[in-house]
Amino acid sequence: MFAFLIRRIIQAALVMLVVASIAFLMFRFLGDPISNLLPEDATVQDRAEMREKLGLNDPVLVQYGRFIADAAQGDFGQSYRNNRPVSDLLAERFPATAELVLVAAGLALALGVPLGIYTALNPRGWLSQGLQVISLLGISVPTFVTGILLILVFSVTLGLLPSFGRGTVVDLGWWTTGFLTPSGLKALILPAIMLALFQMTLIMRLVRAEMLEVLRADYIKFAKARGIPNRMLHFKYALKNTLIPVMTIFGLQLGGLIAFAIITETVFQWPGMGFLFIQAVNFTDVPVMAAYLVLVSFIFVVINTLVDLLYNVADPRLRAERTPAHGV
Amino acid sequence: MPLLELDNIVVEFPTRRGPLEAVKGLSLDLDEGEILGLVGESGAGKSITGAAITGLIEPPGLIRSGEVRLRGARVDNLPADKMRRIRGKEIGAIFQDPLTSLNPVYTVGEQLIDTMRVHLDLDQKTARQRAIDWLAEVGIPAPEARLDQYPHQFSGGMRQRVVIALALCAEPKLIIADEPTTALDVSVQAQILALLKRLCRENGTAVVLVTHDMGVIAETADRVAVMYAGRLVEIGDVKQVIEEPLHPYTRGLMASIPQIGIRDRRLTQIEGAMPGLRNAAPGCAFAPRCPRAMEHCHSIRPAPQDAGTGQVACHFYGETS
Ligand SMILES: Nc1ncnc2c1ncn2[C@@H]1O[C@H](COP(=O)(O)OP(=O)(O)OP(=O)(O)O)[C@@H](O)[C@H]1O
Ligand SMILES: [Mg+2]
Repeated sequence: MFAFLIRRIIQAALVMLVVASIAFLMFRFLGDPISNLLPEDATVQDRAEMREKLGLNDPVLVQYGRFIADAAQGDFGQSYRNNRPVSDLLAERFPATAELVLVAAGLALALGVPLGIYTALNPRGWLSQGLQVISLLGISVPTFVTGILLILVFSVTLGLLPSFGRGTVVDLGWWTTGFLTPSGLKALILPAIMLALFQMTLIMRLVRAEMLEVLRADYIKFAKARGIPNRMLHFKYALKNTLIPVMTIFGLQLGGLIAFAIITETVFQWPGMGFLFIQAVNFTDVPVMAAYLVLVSFIFVVINTLVDLLYNVADPRLRAERTPAHGV
Repeated sequence: MPLLELDNIVVEFPTRRGPLEAVKGLSLDLDEGEILGLVGESGAGKSITGAAITGLIEPPGLIRSGEVRLRGARVDNLPADKMRRIRGKEIGAIFQDPLTSLNPVYTVGEQLIDTMRVHLDLDQKTARQRAIDWLAEVGIPAPEARLDQYPHQFSGGMRQRVVIALALCAEPKLIIADEPTTALDVSVQAQILALLKRLCRENGTAVVLVTHDMGVIAETADRVAVMYAGRLVEIGDVKQVIEEPLHPYTRGLMASIPQIGIRDRRLTQIEGAMPGLRNAAPGCAFAPRCPRAMEHCHSIRPAPQDAGTGQVACHFYGETS
C-alpha cells in the first residue's frame, strides 16, 4: 500500500512537470510580455531594462528552472491585464468555481445514482424508458444550449431566477460563499443545473449499464438460488459491485466538471476561474492562462490520485495480497 | 411419497421463430437422500431441467405445462416470494464455476452468514459460529481466519468448497448440482465430489447431479437418468444403466467409455449429432443415429415404459421383451 502511494505520488509529480512545461512554452510562444507590460510609447531602453528585470535574457534552462520553482510555490507573476499577482486573482475566483462544481457534482450524484439503479431494476417500465430517452438528449444537446434554454425559461419568461452573477456573497476572509444568502443560493441554481445535467445523465447511464451487467453475473444467480431476498440482492450484493467502477469514473468526471465549468461560467457570467480564464484568453494574458492550466491540472491529478487510493480500499481484490491462496 | 416429482414438464422459450421446447415432457421421481445422475450430451436440456426445479428459468422461458412437486406440494406455480423462501432452504443449487459463483466484494463469512440468517432464525453470533463450522465441515483449514477473507484469496478448489458450504448451510433437502466440478482441475474434481457425496449422505440431502462424465456418475450416483433432445430416454439404477444399458443411445454412451470408472470421458463419440430442438419429426429423436432403428421408430414416438430397474423409451426394447 505504501509503495503504491509513493508510486502514485511520483506519477502525479511527473504529470505536473509536463503540464508546467507546457505552461512555460506558452510564455515563450504566446505574445510578447514586454509589449504587454509596458505602455505603447515605451523607449527601446525601457524595453531592454524590462527584459533584464524579468530575466528574459537568461538562458532558457535557467528561465525554465525559475518558472518551475516559482510555480511550485504558487507564484505565477503579474497579470498583464490588471497588474496584480496572478495567485491573488485565482484565489479570489476559486471559491466561486469550487462552490459551483461541488453543488453540480452533488446534484449529479444524488440524482444520477438512484435513477441509474431504478432504470436497471425496472428496465421495461415506461418511466425507465422515458428516462433513457431524456438522458440521451441530456448527453447529446450541447451544454451551452441547455444553459441558454434554462435562462430563457426560468429567467426571461418566468422571471424566477437570476441569469448571471453570483448574487450576494458573504466574505469569510479566506473564502467568499454564496451559500449563506438567499440571493446567492438562487443564483447558484441555474448554473449548477446546467453543469450537472450532462454529468448526471452520464452517471445514470453508467450506473444502469454497470448494474445490468452485475445482475447477470454468476454470483448474483447463485445468491438468488440461495433465496437471498431481492432487496438484499439488489442493494447489497449487486450495488457495491456496481458502484466501485462508477466511483472511479465519477472521480475522473469531477476533474471534467472543473473544465466544463468554463462554459457554464461564461454563459452565466459566473465570476469563477473559468470566466477569468476566458477573459485572459481574450487579452492573451499569458500568466493567468498558464496559472489556470497548472492549477486545474493540479486539482485533476490530486482527485485522480485520491480516487485510485479509494478504489484500492473499496475493492478487496486490489488490496495488498498478504495471504496467498492456499491449494486444495 | 418421493421427495421430488417432475410430472410431464414442458419448458418453453418463446423466440422470434416461434416457441422452442427445451424440455419436452419429462417425468421423474427422486427419493429423500437419493443421488440421481442426470446425463446427456450438450443441449439435451439437463440444465434447464435443473432450473425448472429451482424455479430459476430465465424469462421469457417458462414451464408451459406439467408440475414440479416437492413432498407432494406443487412448487412450480408459487408466487415469487414463496419460491424464494424455498430456494436455499428446501432446494439448494451448485453451479459450474466456483470462480464466478462467489461475490468478489464480500467475505465468504458474510455471504454464509447472510444466507443462513435469511432462512434460519439465528443471531449474528450464532450464525458466525455456524459459518466457521461449515467451513471446517467442507475441509477448509484454519476456518476462523478464512471466514473473514475474500473469495479471491481462495484457490479454485477451495472456492468450490465454499460454494458447497453456501448451498448446504440452510440445510436444504435437495441440491441441484450442475456440473459442479467441470471447471476444476482433474486432481481436485474427485475430492470435491467425494466431499459433496459425504455431506449429502450425512445430512440425508438428495442430489440431482448434472454431468457429462460417466465416471463421475459411476462413483457418485444411486440412479441415472439419461436425457436426449429434451426427453428422458432411460432411467434406472446406476449399476444396471452402466453395465446393462437398455436404450441404444445409452449403450452408445457406455460403449464410448473404454473402461467404466475412468474419469473425464466425454459423451461425444456417437456417430451423428442430436437433432435441433425445433425438429418436429414424429418418431424417436434418436432414430436417425440409432443402429437398430426400425421403420416405425421414425414415425411413432416411443413412450417410457417400465423396464430393468427403471424405465426406458424405446420400441426395440418393447419388441424384444
Ligand atoms: N435462454 C434461452 N433461450 C432459448 N433457448 C435456450 C435458453 N436456454 C437454453 N436454451 C436451449 O435449451 C436447450 C437445453 O439447454 P441446457 O442448458 O439445458 O442444455 P444442457 O443439457 O445443460 O447442455 P450442456 O451440457 O451444454 O450444459 C439448448 O439447446 C438451448 O438452446
Ligand atoms: Mg448445462
